[in-house]
Amino acid sequence: MRKVNVTVMAAALGMSVLAGCGNNTNTNNNNAAGNGSGTGAGEAAAAPAGNGTKTELTYYYPIAVGGPLTATIEAMTADFMKENPDIVVKPVYTGSYADTAVKTQAGVQSKQPPDVAVLQSTELFSLLDMDAIIPLDEFIAQEGGDTYLSDFYPAFMENSQTEGKTYSIPFQRSTIVLYYNKDKFKAAGLDPEKPPATWAEMQEYAVKLAGDGKWGLEIPVTGYAYWMLQTFALQNGNNLMTPDGKKVMFNTPENVEGLQYWVDLAAKHKAMPGGVTDWSTVPSDFLEGKTAMMYHTTGNLTNVKKNASFDFGVSFLPAQKQYGSPTGGGNFYIFKDIDKKKQEAAWKFVKFMTETERAAQWSIDTGYVAVKKSAYETERMKAYAAEFPAALIARDQLEYASAELSTHNNGRIVKILSDSVQAALTNELTPAEALQKAQNEADQALASFNK
Amino acid sequence: MNARLRRNGFAWLLLLPSLLFLLLFTFYPIALTLRLSLFQADLSTPEPVFTGLDNYRTMFQDEVFRKVMGNNVLFALGTVPLGIALALLMAVFANKALHGRGFMRSAFFYPTLIPMIAVANIWLFIYTPEYGLMSRLLSWFGVNDINWLGTPGLVMWAMILMIIWKEAGFFMIFYLAGLQNISKELYEAAHVDGVGRFTVFRKITFPLLMPTTLFVSIVALTNAYKLVDHLMIMTRGGPNNASNLLLYYIYETAFSYWDQGMASALTVVMIAVLLLIAAVQFFGLDRRIHYN
Repeated sequence: MRKVNVTVMAAALGMSVLAGCGNNTNTNNNNAAGNGSGTGAGEAAAAPAGNGTKTELTYYYPIAVGGPLTATIEAMTADFMKENPDIVVKPVYTGSYADTAVKTQAGVQSKQPPDVAVLQSTELFSLLDMDAIIPLDEFIAQEGGDTYLSDFYPAFMENSQTEGKTYSIPFQRSTIVLYYNKDKFKAAGLDPEKPPATWAEMQEYAVKLAGDGKWGLEIPVTGYAYWMLQTFALQNGNNLMTPDGKKVMFNTPENVEGLQYWVDLAAKHKAMPGGVTDWSTVPSDFLEGKTAMMYHTTGNLTNVKKNASFDFGVSFLPAQKQYGSPTGGGNFYIFKDIDKKKQEAAWKFVKFMTETERAAQWSIDTGYVAVKKSAYETERMKAYAAEFPAALIARDQLEYASAELSTHNNGRIVKILSDSVQAALTNELTPAEALQKAQNEADQALASFNK
Repeated sequence: MNARLRRNGFAWLLLLPSLLFLLLFTFYPIALTLRLSLFQADLSTPEPVFTGLDNYRTMFQDEVFRKVMGNNVLFALGTVPLGIALALLMAVFANKALHGRGFMRSAFFYPTLIPMIAVANIWLFIYTPEYGLMSRLLSWFGVNDINWLGTPGLVMWAMILMIIWKEAGFFMIFYLAGLQNISKELYEAAHVDGVGRFTVFRKITFPLLMPTTLFVSIVALTNAYKLVDHLMIMTRGGPNNASNLLLYYIYETAFSYWDQGMASALTVVMIAVLLLIAAVQFFGLDRRIHYN
């Protein structure tokens, strides 16, 4: 009896998949059905299509923000296969960025890498050291070379390029922005349309907004201390590393000053909680009204918009010498040690996923910044921005943004810097001592790459 | 002689399947790990290079390594004796309670049923400054805001408290089973002789529970080295490695730094520590225990 049921169900499933594809006018229904039902009956259905061999791509992708994005990604790949009947893309959800990196590395070592994957843009040097990825310049040249690339925001491309070559294409990217509670601004006698624009103003506002068990400002630390330090470094001077990823500049006077400013907001001015604050606690504190302002990723925009019971604003991070924020997020990489044909198919897929209209829709669906300038000229994006102007702030800030910390031996370098920042924030070390220690350890960790 | 061979051969035959699995999934990987720990195998060396004991030398100079070893000892000292004592207390209590015995047992046991990741998320909320449960509780006593997980001196104690809460119920189950194995006649005899309650516990219950205590303490001690899931959710070993533990450090070294040689060397240390714990308990304490 049970056996019969299974057969009946499988048949029904196959039928419904076929019926689902019946709506579109594409001549290659069989192919789509084959992918949809996976194994067994589906493959049998795909075989008689008989238009030569199909190129199969395995596509690893992580999900790092809230929302039912698996369905979105799968719909996007289905659209791609409709347009490219000779390519089959198998999207594989691989957890967080870290999980995806681990799975990819395991694949690379066992000579079975994915064909295409979204990984953090900062994985560039690690992937190069593992000899896992290919440069994309040849493909880019086919699309028009620099003209093709120039549509991508340069701040996002920084993490893709080293030594004159381009290795990845931006996909889901973010920056850090300031969120502030307009109601609290009014209550404290501040103009809700004028968020703090400089470090001095930020300090003044944060002190005014703090008190009565509430904080003026929160900056998340756990997991992202290095990223937040980059905001101060960029606003007060330069980025933390060289573009070739072989040297870091942690202990400059500008960075020490930046970290001192951050430490003082809590220790001296009592405008921020002391010690270390968790990444995910900060947005809930903001939504609960426990803090009037927060530094957080644009990736949280949709979440805050949905859940804030008060009027909130989004603005650039305050400037010292200039505005500044690091970028973040994931890029497309294409892997080595796979068929040339697969690499070409993978490039088609990458190009498809980052097309102007699709980039605009992906940005609206997720809260990520659209990676192409032209995406902001599309009707759908214009309509969205008119209704929700905050969505444009992150884009505008890109002019002042720079690459996320990315070096050889990146995991260790990030950890070294994050530990030191935490030591300064918990008053175990002074900012100057902490950054000097980080510099020494990082120099040692990079020594073998500077031979 | 022949009979003995046949008998032993039969025993070996019975052991063969599990031996095979042990070889394949335990001894073989351990051997590979030992070997890899003698190589430099990180991102700067595409092919591993033999470096002898270099990884171990670097390890013992590594500040973070010393820190995680210290943290692990503190974690074990904090969780094991207290966790066991609490488990014993709860077992005696749950065994005696006349009303709501079932309720009592399930109440004590339920933290064990929750997955560690969920527990970590719950306690992340409990320890949240200002509106977390712990902060609210303490504010009644006029204790000002404490950032439990964000302060280096407090974070280990916060973790220890959570682990005791999580584990005590599990150990209680073993003690409950142990208590039920102790013959009622002993207690009756003690009662007839008019022996005080505390003396009964000290002279009868506790000594007869020693086999359970041995077992539980091995589990608890090894757990102190094995439990790291919560770090992933709560602190990632921070602030500045104040809550980092050996196993999490191995994970970081292997899958974030991609330094497989060092990760193997650290794993060898971990295996050595676990073997040492087991050896001390089996060969040291075991002799003094009375099995009935």
